[in-house]
Amino acid sequence: MKPGSLLRLKGIIRKEWLQVIRDPSSIAIAFFLPLLLLLIFGYGVSLDAKNIRIGLVIEQPDSASLSIAGGFEHSPYFAPIHLSSIQEAENALRASTIDGIIWLRQNFAADYLNNQSPPIGVLINGVDANTARLIEGYVQGIWFSWLEQQAEKAGRTLRSPVQLEQRIWFNPQVRSTDFLVPGILAVVMTLIGALLTALVIAREWERGTMESLLVTRISVNEILLGKLIPYFILGMGGLLLSLVIAETLFHVPVRGSLWLLFAVSALFLWVALGMGFFISTVFKSQFVAALVAMVSTFLPAFILSGFIFDIQSMPTLIQGVTLLIAARYYVAILQTLFLVGDVWSVILPNAAALAVMGLFFHGLVHRRTRKRLE
Amino acid sequence: MVHPSATANLSLASASPTAPVLVLDRVDKGFVVEKKRIAALNEVSCAIRPGRVTGLIGPDGAGKTTLMRLCAGLLLPDRGTVRVLGVDVVLEPLAVQAQIGYMPQRFGLYEDLSVRENLDLYADLQGVPAKERSGRYQQLLAMAGLEEFQGRLAGRLSGGMKQKLGLVCTLVRPPRLLLLDEPTVGVDPVSRRELWQIVYHLVESESMSVLLSTAYLDEAERCAEVALIHCGRILGHDKPTNFSQQVAGRTWLIRAPALAKRTLQRQLSRNPAVLDALVLGASVRAVSRDCTPPTLADLSNPSGAEVILAPPRFEDFFVATLKDEAADRKNNRIALAVPGSRRGGDEVIIADNLVRRFGSFYAVDRVSFRVRPGEIFGLLGANGAGKTTTFRMLCGLLPITSGACTVAGLNLRTAAAAARARIGYMAQKFSLYGNLTVQQNLRFFSSAYGLHGGRRRRQIDWALATFDLAPYAATESQNLPLGFKQRLALAVALMHGPEVLFLDEPTSGVDPLARRDFWAQINSLADQGVTVLVTTHFMEEAEYCDRLVIMADGRVLAEGTPEEMKERHGGDLDREATMEDAFIGLLRHHQPMGT
Repeated sequence: MKPGSLLRLKGIIRKEWLQVIRDPSSIAIAFFLPLLLLLIFGYGVSLDAKNIRIGLVIEQPDSASLSIAGGFEHSPYFAPIHLSSIQEAENALRASTIDGIIWLRQNFAADYLNNQSPPIGVLINGVDANTARLIEGYVQGIWFSWLEQQAEKAGRTLRSPVQLEQRIWFNPQVRSTDFLVPGILAVVMTLIGALLTALVIAREWERGTMESLLVTRISVNEILLGKLIPYFILGMGGLLLSLVIAETLFHVPVRGSLWLLFAVSALFLWVALGMGFFISTVFKSQFVAALVAMVSTFLPAFILSGFIFDIQSMPTLIQGVTLLIAARYYVAILQTLFLVGDVWSVILPNAAALAVMGLFFHGLVHRRTRKRLE
Repeated sequence: MVHPSATANLSLASASPTAPVLVLDRVDKGFVVEKKRIAALNEVSCAIRPGRVTGLIGPDGAGKTTLMRLCAGLLLPDRGTVRVLGVDVVLEPLAVQAQIGYMPQRFGLYEDLSVRENLDLYADLQGVPAKERSGRYQQLLAMAGLEEFQGRLAGRLSGGMKQKLGLVCTLVRPPRLLLLDEPTVGVDPVSRRELWQIVYHLVESESMSVLLSTAYLDEAERCAEVALIHCGRILGHDKPTNFSQQVAGRTWLIRAPALAKRTLQRQLSRNPAVLDALVLGASVRAVSRDCTPPTLADLSNPSGAEVILAPPRFEDFFVATLKDEAADRKNNRIALAVPGSRRGGDEVIIADNLVRRFGSFYAVDRVSFRVRPGEIFGLLGANGAGKTTTFRMLCGLLPITSGACTVAGLNLRTAAAAARARIGYMAQKFSLYGNLTVQQNLRFFSSAYGLHGGRRRRQIDWALATFDLAPYAATESQNLPLGFKQRLALAVALMHGPEVLFLDEPTSGVDPLARRDFWAQINSLADQGVTVLVTTHFMEEAEYCDRLVIMADGRVLAEGTPEEMKERHGGDLDREATMEDAFIGLLRHHQPMGT
């Protein structure tokens, strides 16, 4: 280490820290934004369908049709509304006051008793394809359990080709909060790591402070390290805050080990800082750096990381693109650590991918940063 | 990479106290701007001697900043060598940076850090040992007059204080060579004088060597030596008096009581024997081609006229040398298409207790003045004095917090659109569309002003002919020489035949020659009855105004003619007071706390 290096490092870290404390926008990005995102995704956004408003049209009320209506009424997924005619129901569907229609025709009971396939009509609003598919599944579930009930009553087993016994692992209640909240950590860390650092370095260029810094005895390594350390600490602080919220408000389980969670998060934060540094070495205005950081790191972390949208169900080309998104590897590890446990076969390859990306970005930054203005 | 012939003897010599601290040897440096290579420095060779202030003087765009950055190791030369304190900057930038102090044009103060924290940061970066700090801080802060402001955030300091703090930060560890890039630009004259005092104090007490760049030609006389730079070439390097001696016997002060000063100036500058004629107070200062005084017999009214030999100034040399080079004399008389709008009669602009508040900050505080038709009226003040804000309110671009103003008899609050049709506005940095041609710019702006059909065609033809823009009609305006950009901007502002012309810092960043051309154009407009309101921070430009107000901190400190200003506020000096003396006198009176 060169003489005076520690002093210079200390000086720049202290300066950076004072700036963070005095600049409300960096505090907002590091602490309030994570809070906001966690609250929105924890409370607001839910990918589960519950209390679906469904219209029940029963043309001939009798024991068979009423028992099937009872199935819907007792299900936590549905909030059925009784409607008198199919016309009325279709109008309601068009007006979006209901999301689907169950239509039991006049000859429903008769057909069932005659062992003919009873005509049950199901219409679902397909505008939101995701919800539509969920509704379809739930309706089938109720239909099958009704058939089973009827079969039991008649003293025979249902003649069905496959007997389905469902078990859902790792998230037995299928709570979307449990996988959304860990995913949010990836978004938060990207924000702090990439957006904040891209901004603060661009700010030095914009305000002309970089030129003064470059002419002091400081070396490139010292500048980079001096910026890395404070924002690394800030990022780990943001992580800790998010974890506490995830536990206290949303009771998300952590089945893996905490130290591993912190180690992997530190690795990802290092990658994100590398991306932020890289952006700011190329774009020297805060406005452009912020836009580029948003589009190239934050939005992909949201959309392409598998945090909300399943990567497997993306088109092949887009799946290929996700391989370049660092957040995808982190999300995979996070969801495993939170919901499954220390599964090394998942953690190791993903961590290796992160390490490669980190080396790539930091190497690039190192090559590109010179103590010169050109 | 290294020229052995040029460097061998110098590295040996660097130990001796008289050896140059900075040597540039045939340095070339170019930049690529939009696929075109622009030479910023061309075969520059120069040696800066130790223990004195050397001024690097030249207009904007001459290559001053490029040269400074090369010396600080922030840029690499394309060819040639730069040796600082005997060390090659290209090979060992860190070794050089450890020994120099460099203050860029926009010094990097951290505005969200206090004065003390900024000092601490630079002390850490420069490796100043902890035990030496308090003594050094005390000394520097006392020198800059900042002792009482140690806890204040740098962003809350005034412009002049920021500049002084910037200088102090580069000095926490005494450098052997101090590079200052335009330290006095946009700074009020009081702070400017203080900055110079600090620099001289350093040279004397710490035997520091200083290279200081500036675009203000009047600062040349404060330097021990001057390197004159123009268009990337060093035109000369000598003592400032040696420069001005070259035009000795050719500089004159001419009075003609029977003529208005602008008329006198115009008539003198038409004289082929006169290179340069400049209004100075009640008289005109002229530089002639040879040592014979300019003849006064040709004046339209020579009664009582007299000519006195005046001591030469650095600026005279600059203008004489470069005007010789630029042989073609442009036509600077702008003939209006619709001449003589108004003369005499009521005031054209009335500002009555104008106030503009931003939050709790008064950018303009009870400003009042009246401008008569055909007058050139100036708003003079440092950056941040409230000139541009006043201007924007007068043009109807910014709502008024309280007070009233009328322009051309129209109230800005009730008839802003109608008033705007009567005014022409030339913004700072000439708001032109860079990627449109001259012709397209004229067409666009004429339609924006509501001209159409035959009138629009006639006005465009008039603009092209009057401003000598016809040869450039198909040139994109971003590729125009600066002087022609300015002409185009002025043409655009005059398209719709306004009665009142607003010029916001029209000459900032323009070299002294183009500035002269521009004022000749403005004078001819005023002669034809156009009322001109102009803001400037160049003290000497106030001389061109018929009347002016001096502003500071959003207030009008004084109003009057330039002569009145100098007489009343110039103070008791053994020489004739300049506008800067008047400004400083006023500012001292206004804020007795400042220094």
